[in-house]
Amino acid sequence: MIDRVLDLGVAEIAGRHPSLAGFLAGLGAWDDDPEQPFAGWLAAVEDARLFDMGMERAQVTAHVGALLRQVTQWQNAPAPVIHALCVRGGRDKAGRPETLDLILRPGDVVCLVGPTGAGKSRLLADIECLAQGDTPSGRHVLVNGAPPDPALRFASPRTLIAQVSQTMSFVVDLGVGAFITMHAECRMVPDVEARVREVIACANALAGEPFTPETALTQLSGGQSRALMIADTALLSASPVVLIDEIENAGIDRQKALDLLVARDKIVLISTHDPLLALLGGRRLVIQQGAVAAVIETSERERTCLAALAQVDQGLMGLRERLRHGGRIEALPAWPAPP
Amino acid sequence: MRLIIVAGPPSVGKTSVIVRTAAVLGQGGPRVGVLKFDALATDDDTVYRAAGLPVVAGLSGSLCPDHFFVSNIDDGLAWGKGQGFDFLIAESAGLCNRCSPHLHGVLGVCVVDALSGVHTPRKIGPMLRLADVVVITKGDIVSQAEREVFAYNVRLANPRAAVLFFNGITGQGAGDLAFHARLAQPQDSLEGRRLRFSMPSAVCPYCVGETTVGREHQRGAVRKMSFETPAGESA
Repeated sequence: MIDRVLDLGVAEIAGRHPSLAGFLAGLGAWDDDPEQPFAGWLAAVEDARLFDMGMERAQVTAHVGALLRQVTQWQNAPAPVIHALCVRGGRDKAGRPETLDLILRPGDVVCLVGPTGAGKSRLLADIECLAQGDTPSGRHVLVNGAPPDPALRFASPRTLIAQVSQTMSFVVDLGVGAFITMHAECRMVPDVEARVREVIACANALAGEPFTPETALTQLSGGQSRALMIADTALLSASPVVLIDEIENAGIDRQKALDLLVARDKIVLISTHDPLLALLGGRRLVIQQGAVAAVIETSERERTCLAALAQVDQGLMGLRERLRHGGRIEALPAWPAPP
Repeated sequence: MRLIIVAGPPSVGKTSVIVRTAAVLGQGGPRVGVLKFDALATDDDTVYRAAGLPVVAGLSGSLCPDHFFVSNIDDGLAWGKGQGFDFLIAESAGLCNRCSPHLHGVLGVCVVDALSGVHTPRKIGPMLRLADVVVITKGDIVSQAEREVFAYNVRLANPRAAVLFFNGITGQGAGDLAFHARLAQPQDSLEGRRLRFSMPSAVCPYCVGETTVGREHQRGAVRKMSFETPAGESA
């Protein structure tokens, strides 16, 4: 395959294999003569020029070959499908055994609660690296009922868990549309433009204040950034598991955000102490001393409380709006009676 | 003894990556030593000692740090063998993105920083392109989307390497890098071993102490930029 590709014109290669275009442009082959067969260009180019690019002739051919194989593999590789992720207990910080046999399925929303240092991050890290008794906790993680084969475990880069947290920010100096387009292209989705529009529309539905594709990423407000991160993770990330860390104050519609992720069959783990968010989950893992001390199913009574809490939240949001528009708070909305 | 060469631009977190990985490699008995190359000054040897890792630090001073590295790596290997290490991790100074300390047959690791921008992988030369493992640090403070685009660009720049994310603060990723380090080939001597890519030539008067600006002081390997009037502007 590689020989056939090398005999094509430079422009034609770039057209057929967009991921090679950047490399060819970097070599300067494009500027010399876009129509010339690449193999001919490579044979004729002066050694000094290749040396400046930091490559030898044979390394250029090997690089193009490796790149083609890699891209073909990406295009043909099916996205990882996870029906069940099982976490088997290890031991707590004192070495006592942890009783845990947790099964996570697509669409599950599970909250992690526990004081700082209790071991929430350890649990998430164990899932992320598909621990096999070889992390400090001694936990085992099974994928679809079996230990993952080392090829998946050490596949690079592993894309099991996508993260959205309060401490993350966008640092790249691009507009929202240009950057999401770049992300969509590297995910090799079929209709990039439509997907980018969808991501931005989704993010705008989650955040209070709308932004446009032209808005610079670095100028988004905290709420807008979080909303865009969640919409992008739901619609463009390949990761089947999404970890959300402390987004309670981010100023986005939490229920809608979760609905969006669940609709995409993600397993959602939320590290939170926000009652509204915690009760939106189906289960809560109580983490103490480095181990899961209890798994609490959200009860019917809790769901009733959730409805009342949502009303309180709405009320508070209304008060915030009033402040934002220069109003006074001299009367309160009707708070729901305790259920 | 297995040798691992770690390179990367300044301030990407090479030392944290090494300390965390050494802790995993040392579990259950194996001895890990560190060889630290730097340019003008380094405090990293105290960091390594504090982590209980035997270390020798070398400063290149007025010499090109990467040339200094090649001139000393074989002696470093002999030192490590004499100390009875099971793993020797050599950290290079990594100053200009053009140089690459990777040797044929020796596990080469390149550390890059997700904060440095999604286009950076393309701009780093043979140091990244010819590495066996590329470690991406500081991914925990950029958005998931940027992490994914960054990793994708790393894989376009080096389709052969294993790519992994590493959190230098929590040590997340150390198990993965240790997995690759255990697969490194045992080394007896580096005598006659080849660099994967030659280092830039440095034979102009400024390499050997010239300090004056001006055409008459530019001799030897000199290359001049061309300055054209931008289109649409009159001279």
